[in-house]
Order: sequence, then C-alpha cells, then structure tokens
Amino acid sequence: MKSRRLMAIVVKELRQLRRDRITLAMIIGIPVLQLVLFGYAINLNLRGLSTAIADQSATAGSRALVMDMLATGVIRPVANADTPQELTELLRRGKISIGIAIPPDFERQRIDGREAVQVMVDGSDTVVQGAAVQLAQVPLDTASGAAATALSQGRLGPDEAVPGQIRVVAFYNPERRSAINIVPGLIGVILTMTMVLFTGVAIVRERERGNMELLIATPVTRSELMLGKVLPYAAIGLLQTTVVLALGVWLFQVPVRGGVLDVYVASVLLILANLTLGLLISTRAQSQFQAMQMTFFVFLPSILLSGFMFPFAGMPVAVRWLAEVLPLTHFLRIIRGVMLRGAGLFELWPDLLALVAFTAVMMTLAIARFRKRLD
Amino acid sequence: MTSDDTGDIAIRARGLTRRFGTLVAVDHVDLTVRKAKVHGFLGPNGSGKSTSIRMLCGLLTPTSGDIEVLGLRIPEQADALRRRVGYMTQKFSLFDDLSVRENLEFLAAIQDLPRTAARGRVDGLIDEYRFGDRQAQLAGTLSGGQKQRLALAGAVIHRPELLFLDEPTSAVDPESRRDFWDKLFELVDAGTTILVSTHLMDEAERCHRLAILDHGRLVADGTPGELAARLEGRTVVVHSAQPRRAHQSLLKVPGVLSVAQVGNALRVLSEPGAGNVDCLRDELRRAGVDADVEAAAPNLEDVFVAATQHDGDTHGDGHGDRDRGVERA
Repeated sequence: MKSRRLMAIVVKELRQLRRDRITLAMIIGIPVLQLVLFGYAINLNLRGLSTAIADQSATAGSRALVMDMLATGVIRPVANADTPQELTELLRRGKISIGIAIPPDFERQRIDGREAVQVMVDGSDTVVQGAAVQLAQVPLDTASGAAATALSQGRLGPDEAVPGQIRVVAFYNPERRSAINIVPGLIGVILTMTMVLFTGVAIVRERERGNMELLIATPVTRSELMLGKVLPYAAIGLLQTTVVLALGVWLFQVPVRGGVLDVYVASVLLILANLTLGLLISTRAQSQFQAMQMTFFVFLPSILLSGFMFPFAGMPVAVRWLAEVLPLTHFLRIIRGVMLRGAGLFELWPDLLALVAFTAVMMTLAIARFRKRLD
Repeated sequence: MTSDDTGDIAIRARGLTRRFGTLVAVDHVDLTVRKAKVHGFLGPNGSGKSTSIRMLCGLLTPTSGDIEVLGLRIPEQADALRRRVGYMTQKFSLFDDLSVRENLEFLAAIQDLPRTAARGRVDGLIDEYRFGDRQAQLAGTLSGGQKQRLALAGAVIHRPELLFLDEPTSAVDPESRRDFWDKLFELVDAGTTILVSTHLMDEAERCHRLAILDHGRLVADGTPGELAARLEGRTVVVHSAQPRRAHQSLLKVPGVLSVAQVGNALRVLSEPGAGNVDCLRDELRRAGVDADVEAAAPNLEDVFVAATQHDGDTHGDGHGDRDRGVERA
C-alpha cells in the first residue's frame, strides 16, 4: 500500500465526482428531499385532527385535562358529544378522527390508578393512530405524579380493539413515530441508500468503460483500488450526515441529547459498513444496472425491517434475525439511543461491534473476490 | 534465426492455450518476440489476438503453456512485470471525465513515478504528443486519433521496455495512423519492444515480424517479406471485361484458394503447384470468358488468405469468396 498511489485514486475519484452533476445533486438532494418529505408529511398529520370530546365527569380536573390536550395543537374540536356512544357514532360516520371519552367517575378512577380516559381513534389510518398515541401522553405529563404512573402502567398492554373499528391506543408507546424519531433514522436510511449505490456503481462503471483493464495492468494493488474508492465516498457520507443533522435540528428541533461526536462515530461505522457492502456488490455485478438492482435487494429490507418504518418488536422472530444482519438495524439502535435518549456510545457496544464485524467481513470478501485478473 | 540468444528475446511463449468453457480461444501458440522490434499479431476478429496479449501481460491465466516475458515467468511474476510493460487496450481505457493532463498525472502517480519526475514527465509527454493546447480538455471529447495518441502517451509514461498494443488504430483515419506509427518507430529506436495486434494490412506491413492467428492457432510466423516470398508463383491477376463471370469460372478450377475482385481485376490465390498463369488462362478460355491473365507479386493479404484459408472449405460455400476477415486500409 503506497500513500501516493492511494492519494492519486482518491484525487481522481473526487475530480470525476466534481464533473458528475447527477451524483453531486444526489449527494445533497436526496438528504434534503427525504428529510423534508418525511419530516413535514408527519408534522402535518400531527396537527388539527378533528376531534369530539365527551366529558361526562365535568370536574375541574377533567376540564384541565381537556385544555392540556387542546394546547398540544394535535386536536381541533369539531363536534359535540355527551356520551362515548355518540363518539363512536361520529367516528363511524367519519366526522371525527379522534374521540376522547372522560367517564363520570374520572376522578375516582384516576385516584384508584385505573383507566381514567379513553382515546378512541380511527384505526384505519396508522398515522392518525400515532398522533393519538402522542395525545395520550398528555395526562401522563400533567396529571398528578402517582396517578400518572399508575395510568401508564395500567395501559401498557397491546392495542385493544373496540367494536365499530374503534381502537383504544396504548398510552405509552416507545416506538411512536414522529419527526423526532424519523430524523435520526433518516441519517441511516440515506447513508444506506447512497453509500451502497455509489460504491456499487463506481467500480462497475470502470469495468464497463474499460478503465479497469488499464488499472489492473498497472502496479496498483487491490487494497489501494478499494480504499481509494471508499475514502472519498466516506467523506461524502459524513457530509450527508451533517446536512440531515443540521436540517433536522433547524427545521424539526430534533434533539441531540448525546454527544455530537458519538453521532459521527456511529455514522462513520454505518458508512464503512455500507461502502464495503457496495464494494462486494461491485465485484459481483456485471453492469451498472445490475449493481443498482442488487442495491435495491439490500435497500428494501433495510427500510422495512430495520425498525425505521415499522416497530422492530412487532416482527416475527425469523424476520428479526434477518434484520440483525442489516447494518441499518444496528445503526438505528445506536443513533436513537444517542440522539433521543442521550445514551453514551459505549453503552451500545453490541450494536457497535455488529457494525464493525459487518464491515470487516464485507471488506475481506470484497478484496478476496476482486482479482487483478480478467478471468 | 539465432533465437538461442535469450538476451535478445523479449517474449517467449510455448504451447500457449486458453479455453473459455468449450471454446478454445488460443490453441497452442508458440511465439518469440525479439527486443526492439515491432512484432505484429495479424488475424480476423475473434482469432485470439486480444486473449493472447492479455495472457502475455499477465491479465489472464493461460489454461496451459509456458510464458516468459522480459525474463519473468508469467503469470507467477506478473506483478513484477507490470512495472516494466505498457498496455494499450483495444477500447479507449483512459478516463473520459478527466482532462488530458489529469489522466497523465493519475497514470504517473499509479506507475510510481516520484512527484517531481512525474511533473516533468507529464509536461514532456504533453509536449511530445502535441497536447499543448488541449491539456485541459476532457479526454472524452478528443477525436479518435487524439484519444489513441493520449492512450499511447499514457502507456509509455513509465518508459516501459515492452509495449502491448491491442488494435491501436482500428478506428482511426489513415493520417492519424501514420502519425501513430511514426511514434511507435521512435519508441523502437529508443529500444522499446512492441507487440501490436491488428486486422489491418497496412499496419501489418509495417511490422518487423508477423504472427498470423486464425481460430486461435498460429498459422504463419515470419517477416512480411519472408511470408510473401513463400507464395511466389501462387498469385495471379486476371483482367476481364466480365469480372463476375470470370470470378465464377475461376472458383471452379481445382486448387484455387480464393478469388477477390479489386476494381475490374481479379486477384487469384492458388494452392502450391496448382493454378499457374497458363492453367488459369486455359480454364477461362474453355469457359468462354475473355480474359487477360498475368502473374503478380504476392502481398500480405495473399499471405493472410493463404494462411487462414484451408483446403476443403473453399468451394463449399456457394460463392466460394470467403470473407477474408481482414480489411484493406
């Protein structure tokens, strides 16, 4: 490995990249587009849901609760109802998306630590359901400490179906979806999408254009070629991380509760895992199109199974094992831990280790498969 | 031949064979290339020229056979060889999206030229290969002839002792080709050995020595003069007012290997001892074709046809005028 040859390849890649307008546009365009789409789509759904409230208790406590709920801006009262039955009726007719029923014995229930409030939600739209979950956190935050704890404990079970397609949603849902939860995950999704694709295509393109035949006839070594390809894209990955992170904080007030350095370390690990996977794909693919197809083989399961779109806990065991193989699964655990829970990087060592192991295996396979021969 | 002196030999291959599945692309080729000479590989497309070159520079592992290039055993010592040879691929293989200078700078770096030497070498090549006013132009936007010139400059950047050129000027106009070959002879004068594959007769004629490949087999090997001299007495030119009729009649004559029309004349190549001037004249008269028959000096195209045309498949294909596989440039 000679640093001069390695540098020459890195410089060459960067020069080519500078002239490749589409790739350049993808580097910044994909993160911005995805962030805005995911971020705003979910934000809009969270506001002004049509609601009716049946307050049968009509105490000071229940009125305070209703005011708190309205203050979130998630709900907008559109109809009047006196009983839970009327709420059901309104829901069924599509007049409201959310019905809130406060029973006559609200105060007693609350003191007993039993179920005090019902949030009924039109379960046919999972995003609305997610909003209801958020709404249901209001009493937890504002009601008296003891009652709130009891309340959450009492309703921790899985969703419970109520006749008439109305669902009562769990009060505490750690996998609830929101921009805050999406943005850290989005870093991982964008890195998975672009990093695998860029490297996958980068080497195949050289083979397609005939550059590879020239390169392998020179003293350049396999690891110089591979590393020279990977390094510039790793830098691009960090740039993308920065874009998503900055926009996430600026547009969606996403918290970074852990260390920013930890976020970058985690990103570097995911970038390397994906780049080496891309290299492996490139040693197998015969054309740029094939490389793209193979990328999608990785990309789709990553999006669907990693826990980005759907809660990991809801998946069958076999699928979970499959998900454990995907780098994005581990990255999501790390990044959500660091950004949202303020966890230290090394508390999440099993996932760190998984990413490092994945990278090592992929790099070894890629170098072993890449021959400095044409046969 | 004094080929026993190994110090004078750049490439020596014995029994070189390569199979791709059931296809035998190169079939027991023996080849000896002397230093500071241009050795040509002549053959139609698919005759195994590129495969042979790739095996000789260590890019492809032979199925069997021994190769020694610049005293190194190939493919075992291919890594050591890479520093001493230049390889110009059939397809333009420099980077279209890098400029002329950037391409050369990149090659200088990966060929391990020290930084200061590299700068001087790139400047020198840009000057020598007349890219002075185009050094910032992207390689992809150069003309065919300019691309070949740049590819050659790239292939010699580390001053290799041996240069492999795979059909370097197939897609280039005659003037650029002449220009290109002038450069090649300058390199040979400086001591470089060149192995060049081609399917063009005018390129083949310039080589010091030629190896003719057909269906993976070496069918002739020698200097262009030697190879042509072996055909003395086997080539005849027929002038006729009815060239098509004369053509048909000639193909029926036993021993005639090929008949090719060149303008109004027909060039006839026969097997040794058959189809001399008198014999052909008689045959044409018997067929009622009015024609003028005279002996002609054999040229390289005749050599090529004689080497690749086998007895038995001459008359079987109706027209008998087999695709000669090579192009007149």
